[in-house]
Amino acid sequence: MPEPFKRLAQTHEARLLLVILAMAAILLVATPEFATLQNLVDVLSANAFIGIMSAGLLVVIITGGIDLSFAATASVAQYAALTIANRAGIGWPGVFAIALAIGLVLGLLNGVFVNSLRTSALIVTIATMNVFYGILLTLTHGADIFALPDWFNAGIEFVFHTDEQGAKLAVNFQIITVCVVFALTWLLLKRTNIGRQIYAVGGNPEAAQRVGFRVGGINLLVYGYMGALAGVASLVQAQFVQSVSPTALVGRELDVVAAVVIGGTSLSGGSGTVLGTILGVTLIAILKNGLILLGVSSYWSMFSTGLVIIGAVIMMALETRKHRVVAEKGGAA
Amino acid sequence: MTDFLQLEGVSKAFGGVRALSEVSLALRTGEVHCLCGQNGCGKSTLIKIISGVHRPEPGARIRIDGETLAQLTPAESTRRGIQVIYQDLSLFPNLTVAENIAVGLHGGPVKPVNWKRIRQVAEAAMKRIQVQLPAEAKVADLAIAQKQLVAICRALAADARLVIMDEPTSSLTRTEVDALLALTLELKRKGITIVFVSHRLDEVLEIADRVTVLRDGVKLGTYDAKEVNDRKLATLMTGKEFNYACVARDRPPTPTVIEVKGLSRAGDYADIHFDVRAGEILGITGLLGSGRTELALSLFGMAPPDAGEIRVFDRPVRFRSNRDAIAQGIAYVSEDRLALGLVLEQSIAANLTMSVIGKLVNRAGLIQDKLFGATVRRGIDELMIKTGNAGNPVKTLSGGNQQRVVIAKWLATNPRLLILDSPTVGVDISAKDGIYEVVKQLAAHGLGVIMISDEIPEVYYHCHRVLVMRSGRLAGEFVPGRCTETELKEAVDA
Repeated sequence: MPEPFKRLAQTHEARLLLVILAMAAILLVATPEFATLQNLVDVLSANAFIGIMSAGLLVVIITGGIDLSFAATASVAQYAALTIANRAGIGWPGVFAIALAIGLVLGLLNGVFVNSLRTSALIVTIATMNVFYGILLTLTHGADIFALPDWFNAGIEFVFHTDEQGAKLAVNFQIITVCVVFALTWLLLKRTNIGRQIYAVGGNPEAAQRVGFRVGGINLLVYGYMGALAGVASLVQAQFVQSVSPTALVGRELDVVAAVVIGGTSLSGGSGTVLGTILGVTLIAILKNGLILLGVSSYWSMFSTGLVIIGAVIMMALETRKHRVVAEKGGAA
Repeated sequence: MTDFLQLEGVSKAFGGVRALSEVSLALRTGEVHCLCGQNGCGKSTLIKIISGVHRPEPGARIRIDGETLAQLTPAESTRRGIQVIYQDLSLFPNLTVAENIAVGLHGGPVKPVNWKRIRQVAEAAMKRIQVQLPAEAKVADLAIAQKQLVAICRALAADARLVIMDEPTSSLTRTEVDALLALTLELKRKGITIVFVSHRLDEVLEIADRVTVLRDGVKLGTYDAKEVNDRKLATLMTGKEFNYACVARDRPPTPTVIEVKGLSRAGDYADIHFDVRAGEILGITGLLGSGRTELALSLFGMAPPDAGEIRVFDRPVRFRSNRDAIAQGIAYVSEDRLALGLVLEQSIAANLTMSVIGKLVNRAGLIQDKLFGATVRRGIDELMIKTGNAGNPVKTLSGGNQQRVVIAKWLATNPRLLILDSPTVGVDISAKDGIYEVVKQLAAHGLGVIMISDEIPEVYYHCHRVLVMRSGRLAGEFVPGRCTETELKEAVDA
């Protein structure tokens, strides 16, 4: 094999891709529904929320931080934006602006706390998660909203195929948004100096400060970005399930953390790629989809998600160990 | 020759503690200027004033290129070409070599990354000092000496006119130090002014044009490097005379603590023979890759030998892990004491008892306060650790006292052989002296000691016998006093 290709094959991403292809191959044989366009569209739409959030969380984790409050942020943004939409005819630009703004503000709040308290982001965002949920549940009494504006329920979609039964295959709001968010995040991380500062802060915060990067500003940016994405994702989710519930997103945080970690991102910061994250999300999505298609109970799906995470962590541990041996031998030579 | 930087009447106090009083310093353009002094003498404060991190008290005058500055901020200092290479190097381990060198390009408001330009800047900086580093490799994967080159290239890429190197040699081996010193002279030839801070006085004198000595925040003077020698500098820095003589070499016959016969480990060392007697200090020296550390690890059960025999008190032993070695009375103090030897956030008492905590418990498995206290007191007394309160975190201690805590931790296991790997790296002269005292006392009480070191004077003046290792083999045994220091040095470099 040529050298660059060989190196590519040894990356975490390549291994992940192999695992995903293997899973897909098994499902292809085991169930006829898996390899249909309809199933692809369904899987993509159903996992758009996790996908968008994992892009945001990737950026936060690269700086060495963490955010567990985004599902709460999304719940607040979703509830507020669609309550207003139900009372005043604000249309798509309106709900978008409201959800985005609420998400951004709550995200920035996390950033401000992380900066000013100089304590672990884990505890800060656990606290804000509880505060956000608490306020939401108190104000709404936990009531769901089932009646949403028609224009919202209709969504945005570009139909590319309609089969004989009249079922539509479309590139919809969910798919477009998750693609745009991943593209944006990739641009931010790889193509802007701010993205490189984000990696630098995660790699060595003190050195970043000494070089003259504003670490506080970077924190505001990443938590703000995370919050804004939570606002956007909340609409994606509400449009997909065609209703709003203040508790629907509770517990989704951990799926997102899992997807990012499976994608090869180190929780200690400094590393992680958009491609890896996409593959991490894909792995979880295919796993869940496959188990449903095979008719396995959803309880088993939790169990197997757990196994996949353990498997990914073992894989990464082996990769770093191998890497270290190589580095040491190289260093002594 | 003109002065690049002039400081006059610089004073600084922190919370009532005077760090610097009325210090003046002039740095000539293109000179290598060494800053010497013990820990706490004010060197770091002075560096931070030059780099704009600290502001001096009113009355100070700072002139750069003959221009008087009202104040010096970090940004202004950088703009004037002042670059500090801190001891920790301040690199980004997760980024590539090129990105680290050209990290300045990432500053400022949002803009696209120009990867080509980053590569060019990095290549140009490397070319200026004729080094070749893998531009696309991650810094985390480099050896420490290469990391240092990256830091130097970064300073060059930032248009440095004054490079301040804080303890640049403390984690390098001798060959690497030589390469660094040559590089320093290369920078000097390019007209860059260099301030070099080091505890190793022999290195300082090798390359310095002038030397400034600080003691307790006061400048004692700036000397022409030709006028002083390391002994004079040591006396200036500490106010004490250090006259080491070789340790007495006629010792009464004592039992053999450890004996090694034909020990080999593929790729690391081969056919090693030696013994250490009770009360004896055996030095092992050699360059990096000579196998000395691997040999020590084998004696401590952490790198099993392929062939040969280890005998402890004349009984053959086989170590499956370091637990077995500890049970046989062997203790090992690693070179990297911060990473491997101490838990910095934990108390002195907790660190001292770490190695024996399992033996300080009663039947129910709970720690016995009396036994715990006695162990801590013994450690503090025996090694004369200076602390008011054993409950303080270890990180509050000076480097020399931290090193004593590590040694005390191992002494608590009642070892019969103590292996010290580079015991004085990164500690200043007085603290070194203290550690030598402690080691000699321990040997006088019957402990066998193996001292591994890069520094020839260290093994020459403080060991009874010295083994020289070269490419994994024993290249000779020397008895200090019966050979000269130069002969020993030549044997190592041969």
